[in-house]
Amino acid sequence: MQFMLLFSRQGKLRLQKWYVPLSDKEKKKITRELVQTVLARKPKMCSFLEWRDLKIVYKRYASLYFCCAIEDQDNELITLEIIHRYVELLDKYFGSVCELDIIFNFEKAYFILDEFLLGGEAQETSKKNVLKAIEQADLLQEIKTLMVYQKKYM
Amino acid sequence: MPAPIRLRELIRTIRTARTQAEEREMIQKECAAIRSSFREEDNTYRCRNVAKLLYMHMLGYPAHFGQLECLKLIASQKFTDKRIGYLGAMLLLDERQDVHLLMTNCIKNDLNHSTQYVQGLALCTLGCMGSSEMCRDLAGEVEKLLKTSNSYLRKKAALCAVHVIRKVPELMEMFLPATKNLLSEKNHGVLHTSVVLLTEMCERSPDMLAHFRKLVPQLVRILKNLIMSGYSPEHDVSGISDPFLQVRILRLLRILGKGDDDSSEAMNDILAQVATNTETSKNVGNAILYETVLTIMDIKSESGLRVLAINILGRFLLNNDKNIRYVALTSLLKTVQTDHNAVQRHRSTIVDCLKDLDVSIKRRAMELSFALVNGNNIRGMMKELLYFLDSCDPEFKADCASGVFLAAEKYAPSKRWHIDTIMRVLTTAGSYVRDDSVPNLIQLITNSVEMHAYTVQRLYKALLDDISQQPLVQVASWCIGEYGDLLISGQCEEEEPIQVTEDEVLDVLEGLLVSNLSSPVTRGYSLTAIMKLSTRFSSVNRIKKVVSIYGSSIDVELQQRAVEYNALFKKYDHMRPALLERMPIMEKTASNGPTEIVQTNGEAEPSVVEPKHPPPVGQPASQGNDLLDLLGGNDVPVIPTTMPTKPASAGGELLDLLGDLSLGLSLMAFYLFDLSKTVNFLSIGIPPMTAYNKNGLKIDFTFERANPNPNVAVITIHASNSTEADMTDFVFQAAVPKTFQLQLLSPSSNVVPALNQGTVTQVIRVLNQQKQQLRMRIKLTYIHKGSAVQDLAEVNNFPPQSWQ
Repeated sequence: MQFMLLFSRQGKLRLQKWYVPLSDKEKKKITRELVQTVLARKPKMCSFLEWRDLKIVYKRYASLYFCCAIEDQDNELITLEIIHRYVELLDKYFGSVCELDIIFNFEKAYFILDEFLLGGEAQETSKKNVLKAIEQADLLQEIKTLMVYQKKYM
Repeated sequence: MPAPIRLRELIRTIRTARTQAEEREMIQKECAAIRSSFREEDNTYRCRNVAKLLYMHMLGYPAHFGQLECLKLIASQKFTDKRIGYLGAMLLLDERQDVHLLMTNCIKNDLNHSTQYVQGLALCTLGCMGSSEMCRDLAGEVEKLLKTSNSYLRKKAALCAVHVIRKVPELMEMFLPATKNLLSEKNHGVLHTSVVLLTEMCERSPDMLAHFRKLVPQLVRILKNLIMSGYSPEHDVSGISDPFLQVRILRLLRILGKGDDDSSEAMNDILAQVATNTETSKNVGNAILYETVLTIMDIKSESGLRVLAINILGRFLLNNDKNIRYVALTSLLKTVQTDHNAVQRHRSTIVDCLKDLDVSIKRRAMELSFALVNGNNIRGMMKELLYFLDSCDPEFKADCASGVFLAAEKYAPSKRWHIDTIMRVLTTAGSYVRDDSVPNLIQLITNSVEMHAYTVQRLYKALLDDISQQPLVQVASWCIGEYGDLLISGQCEEEEPIQVTEDEVLDVLEGLLVSNLSSPVTRGYSLTAIMKLSTRFSSVNRIKKVVSIYGSSIDVELQQRAVEYNALFKKYDHMRPALLERMPIMEKTASNGPTEIVQTNGEAEPSVVEPKHPPPVGQPASQGNDLLDLLGGNDVPVIPTTMPTKPASAGGELLDLLGDLSLGLSLMAFYLFDLSKTVNFLSIGIPPMTAYNKNGLKIDFTFERANPNPNVAVITIHASNSTEADMTDFVFQAAVPKTFQLQLLSPSSNVVPALNQGTVTQVIRVLNQQKQQLRMRIKLTYIHKGSAVQDLAEVNNFPPQSWQ
C-alpha cells in the first residue's frame, strides 16, 4: 500500500497515512485530486478505480470514506478486507465508532492503524492481538516514567 | 503562564468556526501560544502542544516549527511523549526534512528498550518512513530483532526489514540467515509478515528466488492447514481462516512456481483444493479465489487447472457484486493472449458488461472485447461494439473508434462491410475519431476500387445530414473530389443510386468552404475537391470562379491553394487533366506513412499537400545531378549507375516518379508554386526548334525566358509520334554540362499517341549563369509495338537567343 486517506463527505481529511516519501506539496495535491475523484463517484459504482499508475480501493462507511492506493500486484479484494478490518478495530476500540470519535481522537486512530499495518502491509491478522496491544500501550501511558536501561544490563 | 488548552478543547473550539477566516484566526492564535510554549522549553506540556500541532497540520496548516519538538518527545522517558513524538515524526519528519537523521540515535536506543511497546514504536517508525541512511545505520538492529523469540517484535521486525530492503537493496543478504526458521512460527502475525518478507526478497533477487523454492512444500502445508483446520475464532473472517495469510501465501507460491515445473507441480493439488472448496458467497472468499486464479495462470499449471481458473473468472463475471465483475474482467484481460480459446467461451458475458453502468467495468469490457475479436465473430462483435460506440461516454469514443478501425481492417469479411463499418463510426462518433484515421481511411477507400461509387454515395448522403464532424467531412470531401463523376453518373451497384447534379455537389462542397463548422483543414480538403472536379464535371466555369474567389482568402493555406489552382487554370491548363487524374491504388507504407509524407512535403513546399501520397523523392535541384550522373555529359565524368533498366524506370526512382503522373498535385504544385514566383511566361520570340526526329518520334523545343531571372531558360518539349502505334511508357531525360543546372518537371503524359493525335509536353528549366552555349544530351525510352526502345541524342542546335 502506498497511502491511506480517510475523509468526510465534504472532503475534509480525517487521517492520512503515507508509506512513500513525498513532499508536503505533492501530498496536498494528490489528496485534493483523489478526494475530488472519489467524491464524484456514484453510489452504484465499483470500489476500484485506476488513477495515475495506481489502483485505488475505496469504501464508504457512514460519513467517512476509506481510500487506499495499492500497487499493480496487490489484490484489490483483500484490500477491501483490510479496510474492513481497520473499521472493525476502530469500532471495537471506540465502541460503535462514528466520525466524531475519529475527529476528537485522531491520534488514537493512528495508534490503532500503526498496530495493524506497518510499511503498508498487515502486521497482525488477529483482531484480538491488535486490540490487546493497544490496550497495553494505553496502560503504559498511565505510568509516569519508564525505567530506562539498555537490554545489556538485564 | 496558564496551562495550554487541551487537545480536545482545541478541536472543539476550531470546529465552532463558521468561516475559513475565523478558523485561520483561531489557528494562528493557538500556534503563537504553542510557539512561545516551545521557546520556554516546557516539558510538561510539550506532548499536548505537539498533539495540537498535528491536528492543525491535518487541517492543512504549516507545522514545521514542531519538528524539533517531536525529536525531544521521542527522547523523553514518558511513554505518552514517545507515542506522540513518533506519531509527529511520521507526519512531519519524513526523509526529505533536514532534521530527519537526528532521529537515528533515538530510534536506535528505543530499538533496544526494555519495553516492547517502545521497541514497537521505533520499529514502526523506521519501517514506515526511514531514509536510506537511517536504514543503513539501523539494519543491524532490525536483523537482531528478526531473530527474537518475541513474536510481537518479530513480526514488526520482518516488515521493517522489508522497508530496509526496499530502501537499500544491497542489504538484503544480511537478512538471509534470519529467515531460516521464520515459517516454523505458529504465530500468524509472524507468518504473515515473514511471507511478505520472503516475497520481497524473491521479487528482487533471482538467487533468493532459487534459494527459497525449497520452501514450497512448507508453504503448501501451512495453506493446507488453514483450509482444513476447523473454526479458529481468532483468525476467522466469515468462515474462512486467516484470509490475509492465505492470499499472501498464494502470492508467494505464484512467484516461486513461475517458470519452474517442479514447484508448479508441488502446488497443483492445493491450488485445485482452494479453487474448489473456497466459499464464494462473501467478498473474502472471492479475494482468495482471485489470488488463486492469478497464481494458476502464472505458473506452469496443467491445462485442467487453467480451465478451472478461467471458469472461476467466468462465474465472477456473473456475480452481482460489481467489484467481483471488475476483477474478473481485469484478470481475463491478462490471460486473453495465452488462453484465448478459454476466454472466448465467455465472450457473450463480456459483451454484456459493455452495458454495465460502471465506467471502470465498461472500459475493461471494451478492451477485452477488442482482444476477443477474430475472423469468426467479427460481425456479431462489431454490432455490439458499434452499439457501444453510439451510447458510451465521450471518454471512450476515441479509443473505441480506433479499436473498431483496427479490428475492421484485420478481419473485415467483405469490402462493403468494411466501408459500412467505417461509415457508421464516422457518422456516430465522427468528432472523436483520431486525426490519423483520416489518411488511413482514405487509403482504404482508394484501394477498394469496386466500392468507389457506393462509398462516395454514402459519404455524400452523410454530408447532407451533418457537416459538423470534421473527420467525416474531410474523408467525404476527398472522396467526392476523387469520385464525383461516379456520384453524378447515377450508377451504383450496392444500393439504389441517387440522382444528383453537378451543381448540387458543388453546392455541398462550397457550403463546406463557407461554413463556420469547418476547420481550416477541412476547408483545404473541400477546395481541393472542388478543383479536382474541374476535370470530372463540366461546370468548369463555376469551379474557376470559386477558385479565384479564394485567391484572396485570409486563410493563408486556402489562399495558397487557390492561387496555385488559378495558375493551373490559366497557364498550365494543358497539364490540368493529368494532374487531377484519379489517384492510383496506394501501397500501404510503414505505419507512419502519412507522417513521413507530410514531413517530406513540408521540406519542399507545404503547398497543396494531399494527405496520402507515395513518398516523393527529394528536391528538384538534385534532379539535374542525377541526370548528369546517368547520362554523362561531355564535361562530366561518366558515373556508372546501378539503376535497374526496366523500361518504365530506366532513369531510376526519381525519373520514375516524374514519369508517374499519379504523383499529381503535391509535387506538381510545388513546381507550380516555384514557377509562379519566378516565372513570367512572356514569350520573347525565341524560335522553336526540332531537337530530335527519328523513327517517327519528333521532339520540338519551344522557349521562354524566365523573368526576372534572365539566366533561366524555360524549354517546353513537345513529343509527337507519327507511327501507327502508340508509344507508351514514354520517358524523356536530359542532361547538361556541369556549368549549367537543369530542372525537369513532370511530363503531361507518358503515352505519345500514334499518328500525331496528341503531344506529350514537358518543361525543362535550364540555369545558365555563365552564359555558355547551351548543349544538351537527351535520352528517350518508350515501348513501341511491344518492344522497348531506347535512344540517346545530342542537341546542339539551340538558337543563340536561348542562352545569350
